Amino acid sequence: MTAVAAPPPRPLWRRLLGFNLLTALVLGVGGWYVGWFGAHAVKGLSIAYFADTDYNELSVVMAYIGGVVGFLVGLGFLNYPIARMRGYPPSLREKETHGWTRYFSLCTDHKVVGIQYLWGIGLFFFIGGLNAMLIRTELLRPNHQVFPAGTYLTIVGMHGTMMMGMMTSGILGPFANYLVPIMIGARRMAFPRIEALTFWLLMAAGTILTSTIFFGGFPTGWTGYAPLSNEGNPGMDNYLLFFALVGISMTLLGLNMIATVLTMRAPGLTWTRLPIFVWGVLSTAVLMVLAAPVLIATLGMEMLDRTAQTTFFVAAGGGSSYLYQNLFWVFGHPEVYILALPGFAIVLELLPVFSRKPLWGYRLAVGGLLGVSLLSWFVWQHHLFVSGINGDLRPFYMLSTELISIPTGFTFLCGMMTLWRGNIRFTVPMLFCLAWFFNFLIGGLSGVFLSDVPSDVTTHGSFFSMAHFHYTIMGGLVFTFFAAIYYWVPKMTGWELNERLGKVHFWTMFIFFNSTFFPLFIAGFEGQPRRVVTYSSHLQFLNDWVSVSAFLLGISMLVFLFNLVWSLAFVKKPAEANPWSSRSIEFQLPSPVPVHNFDRIPVFSSDPYGYGEGPVPTWVAPAGAPAGSE
Amino acid sequence: MAAEPSAASRPPADSTNHGFRVVVAWIALSVVATPLVAILVGRLFPPGNGSAQGTEQVLDNTVLLSVITPVVCLLAVFFVYGLRSFHAAPGAVVDGPPLRNDSRIQILWIVGTGVIVLFLAGFGTFELLQNGAGGGQGPNPIAVPGGSKLQVQVIGQQWQFTYRYPSLGGLESNQLVLPENTDVELHVTSLDVIHSFWAYELGVKADANPGSDNVAFVETKGPETFHVRCAELCGLWHGYMYNNGRVVSSAQFQSWASQQKKLYAAIAPFMNKSPADGGAPYSKTYLPLPSERAG
Ligand code: HEM
Ligand SMILES: [Cu+2]
Repeated sequence: MTAVAAPPPRPLWRRLLGFNLLTALVLGVGGWYVGWFGAHAVKGLSIAYFADTDYNELSVVMAYIGGVVGFLVGLGFLNYPIARMRGYPPSLREKETHGWTRYFSLCTDHKVVGIQYLWGIGLFFFIGGLNAMLIRTELLRPNHQVFPAGTYLTIVGMHGTMMMGMMTSGILGPFANYLVPIMIGARRMAFPRIEALTFWLLMAAGTILTSTIFFGGFPTGWTGYAPLSNEGNPGMDNYLLFFALVGISMTLLGLNMIATVLTMRAPGLTWTRLPIFVWGVLSTAVLMVLAAPVLIATLGMEMLDRTAQTTFFVAAGGGSSYLYQNLFWVFGHPEVYILALPGFAIVLELLPVFSRKPLWGYRLAVGGLLGVSLLSWFVWQHHLFVSGINGDLRPFYMLSTELISIPTGFTFLCGMMTLWRGNIRFTVPMLFCLAWFFNFLIGGLSGVFLSDVPSDVTTHGSFFSMAHFHYTIMGGLVFTFFAAIYYWVPKMTGWELNERLGKVHFWTMFIFFNSTFFPLFIAGFEGQPRRVVTYSSHLQFLNDWVSVSAFLLGISMLVFLFNLVWSLAFVKKPAEANPWSSRSIEFQLPSPVPVHNFDRIPVFSSDPYGYGEGPVPTWVAPAGAPAGSE
Repeated sequence: MAAEPSAASRPPADSTNHGFRVVVAWIALSVVATPLVAILVGRLFPPGNGSAQGTEQVLDNTVLLSVITPVVCLLAVFFVYGLRSFHAAPGAVVDGPPLRNDSRIQILWIVGTGVIVLFLAGFGTFELLQNGAGGGQGPNPIAVPGGSKLQVQVIGQQWQFTYRYPSLGGLESNQLVLPENTDVELHVTSLDVIHSFWAYELGVKADANPGSDNVAFVETKGPETFHVRCAELCGLWHGYMYNNGRVVSSAQFQSWASQQKKLYAAIAPFMNKSPADGGAPYSKTYLPLPSERAG
């Protein structure tokens, strides 16, 4: 598919020199030490890090900032701005690179970035999952047994932080980057270099969080509440830097999505013809752009509290611990809808394909997505019902929280009515979408208890809320994440995934997911708090059951991993262009999609849901025609 | 491109009234299931009847469960019926009827969910305003039970709670002891990081924030032992921050108090002045207790 003349391949050693991941790692380590010793030079004498009692907060922070800068320079993010400053004309030369090396360097092809995201996020998702297994190992017994208390807290915190940080971009990173330009008939994102930057920032962030174990870990869980965070080891700074970088990455990702959808839609693609997935991406992106900066600022304040002895969150110095909680949840609540909305969108996008009916109530579905993203700004203090903050506003937050179930209900209604009288095919992606209804129903209805103040008095901070958000995030987001993988990865890679293994993966995941998390509602009701190494001995049976289920759930994930590696690296069965008989535009293109997506920019005449309404309109040039006439 | 299904290959529209069947099955199931679930599961709800607030929470949970049961029934009936009736023959890719909208269903759905939501919010607010439902309400509580109350200050620190009784001369104890059938006013605060005071059987939870006063109310019932746990991650030994408390008869409470006062007399001069001597009712210092906890 390469109309652009490929440059003659250079020898491998020559290709390793230059701006790529290798250089980035070398410069990253170099930058790390520059920051480390630089900060020591500014701040004091201690050169070596020996123990908690002799560390220098500033140097840890500066080391990682130096490391990130070095890493980005090594990848070549400065080349373009410098070239422009020296008067070279604008170009997208990074897009033209070929071969596997482009996956390990700055590449501005939105399809490459999507695949980079998929593997990159997958890697950290795996680390987060391993942490979950360690948590469940510790909780096999009511007493503290395997890990030291501090290590246990670090594992819980790393699991939660990693999952939240990575999975916020879990759909938008891989799938929106890959699909949104295609779905709107464009050849690229609005800001292709920023697109690449969001990915590499996330990878730098993940590395920083993982390396917290070398600095004593952090005791606060994923919420990082002050003033506990002021007491933390230097590993706490890893948490702060991780989440701040994730925040930057999210903001840029969101801005890029909004700009792309607003300005780059092909002719004829009116707002009512936009695929619902793109609407979901848009509403998520708006939340990202507005919420993540609050997070960055809050963590910046906490970083100052730790390094420069400001007292934003220290009561004794005129600050307030409520301030941190308040700011954190102003970000944190939209954040959980950033996790939920893409899931809604994927369900609504896939159901028409597999029930072979148009999306029912398109406008209502869009209204639901936008309604959720609007209302999600008015509910954050439901995380603080018993904290003593604004006690008199609790009835308001109770109402606003429960109101969200109305637009959420739109997604249910539209999805269910799309299934109604359809010709449902139980393919692997469809099974994951159907499971979403089950899981999100339980997640949502358990939320009814948490949003009700009298009931929340007992369930707040207990395993009940833990089970609730796993039902919404894992049951809501991760299940649809897998639906998206099974649905789109053949298109993205050009190779089929094994269907039988996919079904094994689905059923084991569905069963063990429920048998892991449902009992935790009971554990919470029985009084087991979150984030503790000890629990009352009468809860041991329940916890053991949960742990064993969690291990089996872990094995189910390995089935998936095996399927992925086996199908993509060994079997390599070429995927058809349109394996699902979908009317969506990406399936009218060859698999994998050629570098420039379209020969001619398509002209849209309908939405992609016209099942039962006649043949697919010919939007695009016939598949297989030479691409690259940009 | 894969075989493109055409409208002509669609089977003739079936005349069964699927909607009617689902609605009838749903109503039947809900009518049976809701009372059953409310009666059978309602009793199991936490935190039990250890206090007026606990009883109220149980009622609240039961009402919530009764409201959501019909919702669960609707989805269960829909999916069991729908997935059985509307699946395609294996391997067949046939378009279904192009139904795109039905505003009557949309309106019904919005009104239905709206009514449920407004009921839930109204009911929750009503229950909350009775007596605060045991939750921390901040320094200026809005739901205050009438009558006289026993005041107790709960002081969180890493990693234990200390209880101070202003009405007993500022006496401090590391175990919470309360008289039966009494309205108690808890003032929760912290000396270091955020903790959360959770007396499970009493149905009380209130965060302890440094430098602030979080008030929660509880009306005790008969004598019992209850568990206290910290419910907000507060650092290394958070998992060990638990203890027992007791609700005892009034006579036992009096004798406990006088006994504690004697013990306390020795160190009282080093503490804050008691309110009887014009001191502040709530301390900023505390009685340190060497705690030999596990680990
Ligand atoms: C393999 C599946 C998973 C298992 C077995 C699992 C297990 C757990 C357990 C046992 C805890 C908390 C322990 C405690 O509070 O004492 C926890 C916390 C948490 N999990 Fe998961 N989890 C899984 C997947 C996920 C996923 C996919 C996400 C999000 C995308 C997630 C997000 C979180 C968060 C945010 C916390 C809270 C951490 C905190 O308290 O700071 N988990 N998980
Ligand atoms: Cu605590």
